[in-house]
Amino acid sequence: MTMSLTAKGLLPASGGLGGGGDDAGRATSLPPASGGLGGVLMQGDEACAEGAIAAGCRFFAGYPITPATEIAEVLARRLPQVGGKFIQMEDEIGSIAAVIGASVGGAKAMTATSGPGFSLMQENIGYAAMAEIPCVVVDVQRLGPSTGRPTSPSQGDVMQARWGTHGDHPIIALSPSSVRETFDLTVQAFNFSERYRTPVILLMDGVIGHMRERVVLPDPETIERVERPGTTVPPEWYKPFENFPADVFHADVPPLVPFGEGYRYHITGLHHDERGYPTNRLDEIQPWLERIFRKIDCSLSDILLYDEDGIEDAETLVIAYGSTARSARYAVEVARERGHKVGFLKLKTIWPFAEEVVEHAAARLHRVVVPEMNLGQLALEVERVLGRHKVRRVNRADGEMIQPAEILAAIENRE
Amino acid sequence: MKRPQRESRVHEKYLRHSKKFPNVWCAGCGIGIVMGAIVRAVDGLQLDKNDVAMISGIGCTGRMPVYVDFNTMHTTHGRALAFATGLKMVRPEMKVIVVMGDGDALAIGGNHFIHAARRNIGLTAIVVNNFTYGMTGGQYSPTTPIGVRAATAPYGHIEQPFPVAELAVAAGAAFVARSTVYHVRELERYIAQAVTKEGFALVEAVTYCHTTLGRINHWGTAPDMMRRLKEQGVTLKQAEKMSEEEKRGKITRGVFVDRDIPEYTRLYDQIIEQAQEDPSPGPSPARGGEEDLSPGPSPARGGEEDPSPGPSPTRGGEGDLSPGPSPTRGGEGDLSPGPSPARGGGGVA
Repeated sequence: MTMSLTAKGLLPASGGLGGGGDDAGRATSLPPASGGLGGVLMQGDEACAEGAIAAGCRFFAGYPITPATEIAEVLARRLPQVGGKFIQMEDEIGSIAAVIGASVGGAKAMTATSGPGFSLMQENIGYAAMAEIPCVVVDVQRLGPSTGRPTSPSQGDVMQARWGTHGDHPIIALSPSSVRETFDLTVQAFNFSERYRTPVILLMDGVIGHMRERVVLPDPETIERVERPGTTVPPEWYKPFENFPADVFHADVPPLVPFGEGYRYHITGLHHDERGYPTNRLDEIQPWLERIFRKIDCSLSDILLYDEDGIEDAETLVIAYGSTARSARYAVEVARERGHKVGFLKLKTIWPFAEEVVEHAAARLHRVVVPEMNLGQLALEVERVLGRHKVRRVNRADGEMIQPAEILAAIENRE
Repeated sequence: MKRPQRESRVHEKYLRHSKKFPNVWCAGCGIGIVMGAIVRAVDGLQLDKNDVAMISGIGCTGRMPVYVDFNTMHTTHGRALAFATGLKMVRPEMKVIVVMGDGDALAIGGNHFIHAARRNIGLTAIVVNNFTYGMTGGQYSPTTPIGVRAATAPYGHIEQPFPVAELAVAAGAAFVARSTVYHVRELERYIAQAVTKEGFALVEAVTYCHTTLGRINHWGTAPDMMRRLKEQGVTLKQAEKMSEEEKRGKITRGVFVDRDIPEYTRLYDQIIEQAQEDPSPGPSPARGGEEDLSPGPSPARGGEEDPSPGPSPTRGGEGDLSPGPSPTRGGEGDLSPGPSPARGGGGVA
């Protein structure tokens, strides 16, 4: 059988990601940045699309929606250049379904949407969690609820990313705060999805998606790409959902062999046994449930991504993520200039929540400031870990970014 | 080859014995007959099991893939065709068979159904039409005839049914056929044709649900309902000579359309070729030319070498903008898969 989607052709056909301005298309025109500093001027959505290509994504299915449409536009053009495939489906439900189908066929696959479409995708994200199918779902958050303000940013989908589906399952969600970080975390999202056989959510926001920044992208040769391991067992021994005993090191992620390669097995959204067949037996359901949580919980040192500084002697800590982290960073610097001892923790991994990191950074502090473009979602997690009295929320849910002055006021306890 | 020997060999070869039998279906159900027809069709075509995938949604028919020894996936309600679209795009060499019930394919999955047909992606869609939601207990479905009682239509059904095959023809499918579980050899033949067809192929397999809709409407046992299918089934040729009154309550069987339209994954291969030859298509997205802006399901296919945007042979021809489905409507009335213009006239047989 021929397979045009495997690792060949990982490099962009136009010759290098930072290559320059010979591309004529609107969405991917990358004029060289002026000033001799190198790099390219790039939009967050474009960086997401290029990050996907660099990670080895070879299938995208999506549906137009502001502010995520540019990701689809770029990939409609870029994917066939590298032998990949793009399809615009009839809705977001079909998009995530096609992505899961493509992943079962062996392609690294992604979809991108915003809040309304993300809501429509939830059932099938749950399916991907249940059937342990790797895929990446990008949500460029816009102001909700409902149609809200489509062109205005938000961080209102933090809890939807965690609890949007029905039932209990672990999830990984990453949130970038710059264009370059969007590229990096998109690659990381694919790597996590393949390594842990799980859907991964990339929670961008309208600011990060539409903002243009000068970025210097990494040499494609240096980018770490996690590929599916394959299996060495013969088809009759293959168990796509094998539950090894808990003490078998790194055996919580049984390899997923794509359809069409001689391993005929069953995938279902029903609870299933190790071969994938539906089951109602508790002694088959329970080990599966434990394993899908264990595969994430035992790998937190790999999964939890964050930046921190000034933690050691801090008296106040600011915890932020996404575009709000940019305002927070500025506020922290101004506060330090004014003589305050302020620590800064920027979370790139939103889910699973970095409770031990937060606990370690803030256990001895009395004030933790959590700014978010919502009415307090990640703050609920911080409060769960640190206690409510320590946490000072700074919230906006009107479609405007949080200003550094608002965060500074909270740091200085002036509000 | 003697028939019983063949049955036994086909069952041995294509069914999963290890854990999965007996099946979930009620004794006397027609879905197993459709499954048998599918595996015999695949056997007749001598396909490698590794190259066959069966994808389903939710419902009684949704349970079919677990029993067959292909690459199988039981997905979410209504979405089987969308899952299959992704698989087919990355594995175009695979034969992807999508099995759905009437509620799965046409209510919750109706949008995916018409768009998969419009796109003409090379999937084999088999809609097992029992006119109801069997697994949840006999609620009315998009194919339930007017006048029939259902668990959610205790006073009789007042909505027009979708004619499944005609809908697929109108939506642009390359191959469309209908038969019943009584006419099982014909059904098997149509399935084989559909699996072989390059492009979106639909087979509507008409069956019954004696434990829900049949019970509610006092239609008798499974053999009684099988007998009804035998009596109701008429060929397209026979139907042509029948008056509207005579067609009432009949099920038209036959190949409704078999046309050559470029298949989606083949077209996409051309996109890849084009993108790799010339990676900068420029700002104009329309490579096919302005004349392709006419409406209709299949005009722009084929690109430059085919200047006439005329649709397929069975359509009205060039410039035909008529939105109507094929002229070969099914008959009207009880359990016929066509819409009944005379509301309330269907009644219970």
